Amino acid sequence: MIEFNAIYVIVAREFKKFVRERSRLVSAIARPLVWLFLVGAGMSRLVPPVDGVSYMQFIFPGILGMTILFSAMFSSISIIWDKEFGFMKEILVAPVSRLTIVIGKALSGSIVSTLQAVIVLLLFPLLGLKLGAADIIGAVIICALVSFSVSAFGIVIATFYESYESFSAIMNFIIMPMFFLSGAMYPVKLLPDVLRLAAKLNPLTYGVDALKHVISPLAHGPMSPDFSLAADLAVISALSVIFVFAGAKAFERRG
Amino acid sequence: MPIIKVENLVKRFGSITAVNNISFNVEEGTIFGFLGPNGAGKTTTISILCTLLGPTSGKALVNGYDCEKESSSVRKSIGIVFQDTTLDKDLTAEENLLFHAYLYNVEKAERRKRVDDVLKRVDLFSRKDDLVKKFSGGMKRRLEVARGLIHRPKVLFLDEPTLGLDPQSRSSLWEFITALPEKYGVTIFMTTHYMDEAEVCDNIAIIDNGNIIAMDSPEELKKVIGGDVIYLKTRDNAKAADVIKSALDIDASIRDGELFIPAVKGDTCIPELIRTLGDSVLSARLQRPTLNDVFLKLTGKAIRDEESADRDTIKEEVRAYRRRHD
Repeated sequence: MIEFNAIYVIVAREFKKFVRERSRLVSAIARPLVWLFLVGAGMSRLVPPVDGVSYMQFIFPGILGMTILFSAMFSSISIIWDKEFGFMKEILVAPVSRLTIVIGKALSGSIVSTLQAVIVLLLFPLLGLKLGAADIIGAVIICALVSFSVSAFGIVIATFYESYESFSAIMNFIIMPMFFLSGAMYPVKLLPDVLRLAAKLNPLTYGVDALKHVISPLAHGPMSPDFSLAADLAVISALSVIFVFAGAKAFERRG
Repeated sequence: MPIIKVENLVKRFGSITAVNNISFNVEEGTIFGFLGPNGAGKTTTISILCTLLGPTSGKALVNGYDCEKESSSVRKSIGIVFQDTTLDKDLTAEENLLFHAYLYNVEKAERRKRVDDVLKRVDLFSRKDDLVKKFSGGMKRRLEVARGLIHRPKVLFLDEPTLGLDPQSRSSLWEFITALPEKYGVTIFMTTHYMDEAEVCDNIAIIDNGNIIAMDSPEELKKVIGGDVIYLKTRDNAKAADVIKSALDIDASIRDGELFIPAVKGDTCIPELIRTLGDSVLSARLQRPTLNDVFLKLTGKAIRDEESADRDTIKEEVRAYRRRHD
């Protein structure tokens, strides 16, 4: 049911296009830098360090989450482009299972967005963070897992839309709320009840939380992670599987 | 055994019946044409045969496989060139073809060989490293036909393959397409609303409003006309038609400001008509029957783009219906 040549070539296509499109890479890297150094630096004046962790250090995992969120979602909703410009038909009439297409697309998004997250991650010395080799490897693995689950989520979203006009709706009503309610900019535990519930339903929350465990591990206080690392990883993995199958199912119906 | 077998196929979109109980067979190695105006049901039929749509009822078999239940086997047996381009414009010609080769699981040793082979066949080998967005309409279409052949399909579907191409690209594309059955042993199933293009087919089904109204070889279909066709322009077409009817017992009808007169022997009929009508005749021309005349005779209307406005509305409605229900 899973065709590896097809997965390979779907990923290769995305990668090739990504490398060719310099502007996409530049803006993908610029966005987190703007948030980190403009918003982060400004907010640092308002929020004093807690237990030796500055506000900029606190939002760093969230900024990695943002990098992943934007690039993985963009990559997945490029499916809507493919539908609008016809290329999706070439894939849909091929003797390839829908599950293969979804896995191929999810892997495309994950590889591209993990790469970007790693570039941002390597800025950690600028923030005065001290990460060892094990921490960095752990962070990269988490980034890859989160990238896959967000990409798969993006595919499910993309199956609902036919034209790229829906892009701003996805941006305003899905991507931005996911970012703000992920614990990226402020701790989930300090949110009002309703928002905290929303944050708990947000797949990205667990990714950002897992990265906090590796990058700024505090046992207590407002800036400490909200869930255990094991819980984070379990939720991310479970959601990835659910999104992939939901995506395949939706593809079978709608294409 | 026919390579395509369609039995009592019906496809409805809500209250619209796009395909109304059609049946036909296509023999292996032939060129089969689906001819009809826009919105007649051609693309819907192709979509069912290509497994992109399920039928409401009836059966369609391609290469012996059921299009609904054995879609994967059907997909392996077919190549498709859609009406709208389905190339990735940001990839090169070669990359588009390699993508296809991987997608259809062509063996590693064969991939490049086949890609190069089809690129040479459509005269695009020298442009293989150019991005597709730099290609003209004709080049893109040629590239798509080439792509459809990479996995050696049994049937190649072409949905309006020359739509939007200039006359020169059209004729060179036809030259290439008509040679395919012999070169690749592939059966061609194509749709068109250009009558002259359908003449290259071995067999034609004429479809209108979801029904097949005639099916035969172009030569046989033209016999429906029963001879030549004379187009006559007169000062008063309606009056002239009456005169022709009473004097010569020939049924003339008015189409596009001309009298359409079927005649067994056109060359002797013209002088007769001119003698009868006198100097009210402005012009006369004799034509061997074309498929357009056949279509006119069968449906009482010409296949033309101008009248497709309400057909396009049907297309829109079908699209909207599919968005809601598929």
